[in-house]
Amino acid sequence: MSNMAQTEEKIVYQRPHSLLPVVTNYCPGCTHGIVNRLVAETIDELGIEGDTIGVSPVGCSVMLYDFFACDFLEAAHGRAPAVATGVKRVHPDKVVFAYQGDGDLASIGMAETVHAATRGEKITIIFINNAIYGMTGGQMAPTSLPNQVTQTSPYGRDVSTAGYPVRVCELLSSLDGVAYLERVTVDSPKNIRKAKKAIKKAFQNQIDGIGYSLVEVVSTCPTNWGMTPTDAFAWMRENMLPYYPLGVYRDVVAEGYANAAEAAAARAAACPIAMADNPQLDEIHASLPSKAKVQDAMNKAQGGDR
Amino acid sequence: MQEMRIVFAGFGGQGLLFAGKVVAYAGLIDNHEVSWLPSYGPEMRGGTANCSVTLSDEPIGSPLIMDPNNLIAMNQPSLLKFEQDVTPGGHIFVDTSLVTRLPERDDVEVFALEATNMAEEAKLKGLANIVLVGKMLKETGFCSLETVEAAIRKAVPPKKAALIEKNLQALKIGMEA
Amino acid sequence: MSEKVLMKGNEAIAESAIRAGCKFFFGYPITPQTELAAYMAKRMPKEGGTYLQAESEIAAINMVYGAAAAGARVMTSSSSPGISLKSEGVSYIAGTDLPCLIVNIERGGPGLGSIQPSQSDYWQATRALGHGDFQMVVYAPATVQEMSDVAYNAFDVADKYRMPVMILGDGMLGQMMEPVELPEPKTELPEKPWATTGHGNKRKKNIANSLYLDAEKLARTNDERYERYEIVKANEQRAELVDCDDADIIVVAFGASSRIARSAVRAAREEGIKAGLFRPITLWPFPVDALEATKSHAKAYLSVEMNMGQMVEDVKLVVRDSAPVDFYGRAGGVIPTPVEVLDKIRQIKEGLGE
Repeated sequence: MSNMAQTEEKIVYQRPHSLLPVVTNYCPGCTHGIVNRLVAETIDELGIEGDTIGVSPVGCSVMLYDFFACDFLEAAHGRAPAVATGVKRVHPDKVVFAYQGDGDLASIGMAETVHAATRGEKITIIFINNAIYGMTGGQMAPTSLPNQVTQTSPYGRDVSTAGYPVRVCELLSSLDGVAYLERVTVDSPKNIRKAKKAIKKAFQNQIDGIGYSLVEVVSTCPTNWGMTPTDAFAWMRENMLPYYPLGVYRDVVAEGYANAAEAAAARAAACPIAMADNPQLDEIHASLPSKAKVQDAMNKAQGGDR
Repeated sequence: MQEMRIVFAGFGGQGLLFAGKVVAYAGLIDNHEVSWLPSYGPEMRGGTANCSVTLSDEPIGSPLIMDPNNLIAMNQPSLLKFEQDVTPGGHIFVDTSLVTRLPERDDVEVFALEATNMAEEAKLKGLANIVLVGKMLKETGFCSLETVEAAIRKAVPPKKAALIEKNLQALKIGMEA
Repeated sequence: MSEKVLMKGNEAIAESAIRAGCKFFFGYPITPQTELAAYMAKRMPKEGGTYLQAESEIAAINMVYGAAAAGARVMTSSSSPGISLKSEGVSYIAGTDLPCLIVNIERGGPGLGSIQPSQSDYWQATRALGHGDFQMVVYAPATVQEMSDVAYNAFDVADKYRMPVMILGDGMLGQMMEPVELPEPKTELPEKPWATTGHGNKRKKNIANSLYLDAEKLARTNDERYERYEIVKANEQRAELVDCDDADIIVVAFGASSRIARSAVRAAREEGIKAGLFRPITLWPFPVDALEATKSHAKAYLSVEMNMGQMVEDVKLVVRDSAPVDFYGRAGGVIPTPVEVLDKIRQIKEGLGE
């Protein structure tokens, strides 16, 4: 026995510290659990649990505030990007992330999503796209596929009346405030590792002040799709991935820019008023206080336990 | 002081709100109760503009003046709109550079002057409003000249300080008219 | 004592809010509150604060929710149709027990209505700005000075009771200029140990949330909130009484309509009618105690409002059957005149048959 005690113990798998030992409300086979864990691993690895403030949506991940060890807010349906904006503006030095489903992000919260992105809010969004409203029992989502049968498209999504699904990464990729967009999935160890890398990058981008980052995770909903988890993954691979191709849709750093602002300036270079070094503004800006004074005022304004 | 209930009315761009602000500041300097209320909204965009200014020694009720005892009218539609509201014994100051038909009432005092032309002749384009304030000051004596001069200094924004002198000139022209 | 300056009501609210330590403003353009947002856009960067023009009223109030939860003094302002859009967020703010300031510079309604002054949002402000059981402290200032005063104190009240505070003004008060003496900037702001600021590995995690799937637990949060409301009712009722001590006829009016009522009451006194003005400064809590005290001698009450008759119900709840309660109002953005109110006072006087 003493020999064994001397053997170095190597932990290969454990619960991330920032994920609390609580029972989740997720159905068996649901991919939320995997993505929750990837986010928690990221928070642990970056050592930011104490500096992270999460925002949970309305949807199956509504109880996220009970699962994570960091400070958390629960947002109204679709409003997570606006709530995250409010938090981030008060605490620009903290890491603020929102975790949203497809109905929350791309339907009721589309305006908040697009505008947080185009403002270049330095926040991180984790977007779960499983092509259905899970929590309310399987209604058609903004990302439900053409002809997909759901509770509210019982004859299949008829694009002539219900329109077409929204491809969020493609949509947001045109916006100058965006730094990083990647679509991943979590159907295999290889893809989970890729998803983890993307999530970590989306958090690191925020820490580095690079800009708005969103990771879309193409996911499954075995319960509401009426399939076993493995069949659900097969269905997802066969139907969703052709419609929602995996990959990077924007990465300003990979494109050679320091951040989203620099990439936006390059894109706007032919527009004189949009130039960052617009001399007309120098005089106007001369009356504004220094950045240090601004930070000082912000700290004072926050109150709280800082 | 007799309560001053003044309606300034004309086109947008004639400086009626500013003229009202000068009079309001004069009331503030003299420690009167003061209110200034503009018309606002779509009607301001290129159309008529008016504001109500009350100077009183009592707390002011409604700042919206329904029964002015002084009217400064800088175009025909404004004169038509407000002349019947003026209380008997009240004063109507009319810029006859822009108004062709004068009020026909005989129970009010009408002071007609070509304020816009007078201002332009004195190279004070755009200050007909203050010429009319000068005329009202002369005829009503609602405060001292020094008070209005101080009010102009307060009402002109710091960025446009160069305009203070011109406003003072316009005021004098009105006083002498 | 600082020098008096001429300011619009909208601007006075903005400046005094900044001086009260509000460094975050989230809004969306709408007439007639425009000057408030524009003033904030100009002043906030100079104060090291944040002015953010949101994509919608809905987004703006949810930014307020985020910033309030994060521990900041924060506000938004709008006008009637925009306030309706904010109602969802206000319910969440109340359900999460977060402090903030919401300004409503009312205009005529319903629907797109008009942009002229109105008091038609009294019910919305005092009864149900959003789903669920909750209240806001609602101030109804009547002068530009009072707009400054209530904005300056609103954040202290909001922080003390951890609830949203509303300033209910209207287009007339927002747009008019009057002399105002501005307060000194506050330097000490309260600690907010409950705020979601990042726990820094130093304390237990904080959660800002209004979701309680356990019915008993949710019932308990409502009970606790209503116990707090009772304290607010005991402490925060405000009213101004003018010539009410010997008044036969008490005119009850708030905000802009109270200015008209004041003129009418003065004119009535000059005619020998014993009229008085009861002016609620807080609409919630309604100044029940002060109004109750007038019942010993008042023979009639008249509620004057720029709406179809909303506050009159609160007056009736206090007066009950001790005296008749009459109403005079104009809606849609029409401002009643002192003469109209005086006529109504004369009618009531005749009806008393003395």
